[in-house]
Amino acid sequence: MSSTTFEAARTLSAPSQSRRRWRVWPGGLKGSEFTWAIAFVVPYAAVFIAFVAYPIVYGLWMGHDPELYSELLSDPIYLGSVVNTVLFVGIGVNLKMFGALLLSGFFMRRSWWTKGLLLIYVLPWAVPALPTFISIHWMLNGQWGLLNNVLWDLFGIDGPGWLDTSRWLALGSVIVSHIWKWMPFWTVILLAGRMAIPQELYDAADVDGATGLNRFTYVTFPLLANLYLICTLLSTIFTLGEFNEVYFITGGGPALSTHVLATLGIRDAFQVARPDLGVATVMSALPLMIPLVILLMRKLRTTDVQL
Amino acid sequence: MSTVLTHRQTVRRPPRYRLRRNLRETAALAFAVVLLIWTLAPIYNMVMVSLDSKGDVFSNDIWPAHPSLDSFWIVLSEGYWYLEYFWHQFGNSIYIGAVTTFLTLLIGSLASFSIGRLRLKNGWIVSNAALLTYVIPASFLAIPFYSIMLKYGLANNLWSVIFAEVTFATPYAIFIFHQYAVSIPMELDEAARIDGASPIQIYLRIYLPLMAPALVAVGTYALLLAWNEYLYQFMLLSSKRSMTVPVALAQFLNSDEAPWNYMMATAIIYAIPPVAVYYAFRRRMTAGLTMGGVKG
Repeated sequence: MSSTTFEAARTLSAPSQSRRRWRVWPGGLKGSEFTWAIAFVVPYAAVFIAFVAYPIVYGLWMGHDPELYSELLSDPIYLGSVVNTVLFVGIGVNLKMFGALLLSGFFMRRSWWTKGLLLIYVLPWAVPALPTFISIHWMLNGQWGLLNNVLWDLFGIDGPGWLDTSRWLALGSVIVSHIWKWMPFWTVILLAGRMAIPQELYDAADVDGATGLNRFTYVTFPLLANLYLICTLLSTIFTLGEFNEVYFITGGGPALSTHVLATLGIRDAFQVARPDLGVATVMSALPLMIPLVILLMRKLRTTDVQL
Repeated sequence: MSTVLTHRQTVRRPPRYRLRRNLRETAALAFAVVLLIWTLAPIYNMVMVSLDSKGDVFSNDIWPAHPSLDSFWIVLSEGYWYLEYFWHQFGNSIYIGAVTTFLTLLIGSLASFSIGRLRLKNGWIVSNAALLTYVIPASFLAIPFYSIMLKYGLANNLWSVIFAEVTFATPYAIFIFHQYAVSIPMELDEAARIDGASPIQIYLRIYLPLMAPALVAVGTYALLLAWNEYLYQFMLLSSKRSMTVPVALAQFLNSDEAPWNYMMATAIIYAIPPVAVYYAFRRRMTAGLTMGGVKG
């Protein structure tokens, strides 16, 4: 899409050398220079300590009581939301990333209208989350929503109330909306990754008689696999904390059956006025979160990615 | 022999090849139409409802029966009770966006200058702290953050939101600045130092001017982050005069008499500035996109 994206993806997909240089500092600073260097870091350090480190420690302290967790485990709404979170993240992220992989291939086409289509296709990502999710909320209304109106006009089908009749329909709607919102972003990333693959490799594969699927499995995918994995990990972490989809589309309904951990935590803290329970709800995602973060950090380090 | 073969191929191939190509092109076009409908449906819905008059919202039309721009006029003239502070709230959004952008650029560039150019010892601690912040979902930090803002006495104050947005925007800033600064030769700094420039002079006269493209990219990112973010604004801002547009908008989502046409008109007006900024700076802001997976 653009040269900067291109470079970002290239540094992601190809090993680079500069990380090491960045991490080991030769020599030391002298006198006043050292003072300046410290002074320049102080603002960020202050932000980090006041608004990241302190909240983390405070949150750990708020949610340290084991009784909170036994309270959660005996709560069917909490258990349901754990299932929802796993489904939302598991299905949502994988469908989204796989769709993005396929679509990035589609956008590699060189016809004149693909560029224009790409500009429109990234619109869901460019528009702020809240307006579009509110719009989807209304669109899926069983009685007056656009979707059911279209279904009726075109096929004579009387569509269901997507958000307020069944848990699975509502959760499915949330997952589809999540894919709608975020697939363009990952498509652009993977597209940049694909563009970074040298054309000569494909030419060589052509000479060897590779066509269609073979080109993909033997050339594109091996070179893209690392980027794909890193993107999937990042996306999993972000999706675990995703709040807007569920909050605006189903609002956790029907009957609190579609909450995910992020929205249930906020509900516990602000609507039920139990901040400690809310923190415990969110913290119960940490056993899933921490291995992912460690895996991601390690992956980023071994591939020498410059972020 | 070989000439015969090649001759045959050139004679035979075109019709079949062209047919296949046409088929492919048609299939791709059909797919493009489906993709277009999928992408635009919620946005079409937004526009359609905003063009409805009040009675038409609750109808089964798929195109407004009597399209009018009244809803937009009502929003712009604050002509409905939930919109009474619309421009004030719009101003709050702009204020938060502008201050967040400025602080993110300032704090991020100072930190990256210190660890990248002045080569602060143990600067990796700072970059790891930034990476850690980057991978913590904002919603997981929300509850303790809120409690702490109460302690700091900043609840219902625009500054609490600004701090939140700056916190989540600076890690990205530090990474992009660092990545970009690698391309600026260190010799420039060395030469300036020999001429007796102090670090602050190097920062102001050499570093910042040369970093202009990265500053634009990160500034756009921070502005959009602050403008689009909802959760922290919702938690931290509660009075009508301190609210931002999205918070006011969401308040009416679950009320019984949600005026959908006004809400959608508000939503479109609220969405236009970031979309315009996005398309204007698209090429610049996509630098290091993976880091920019806008959170929230």
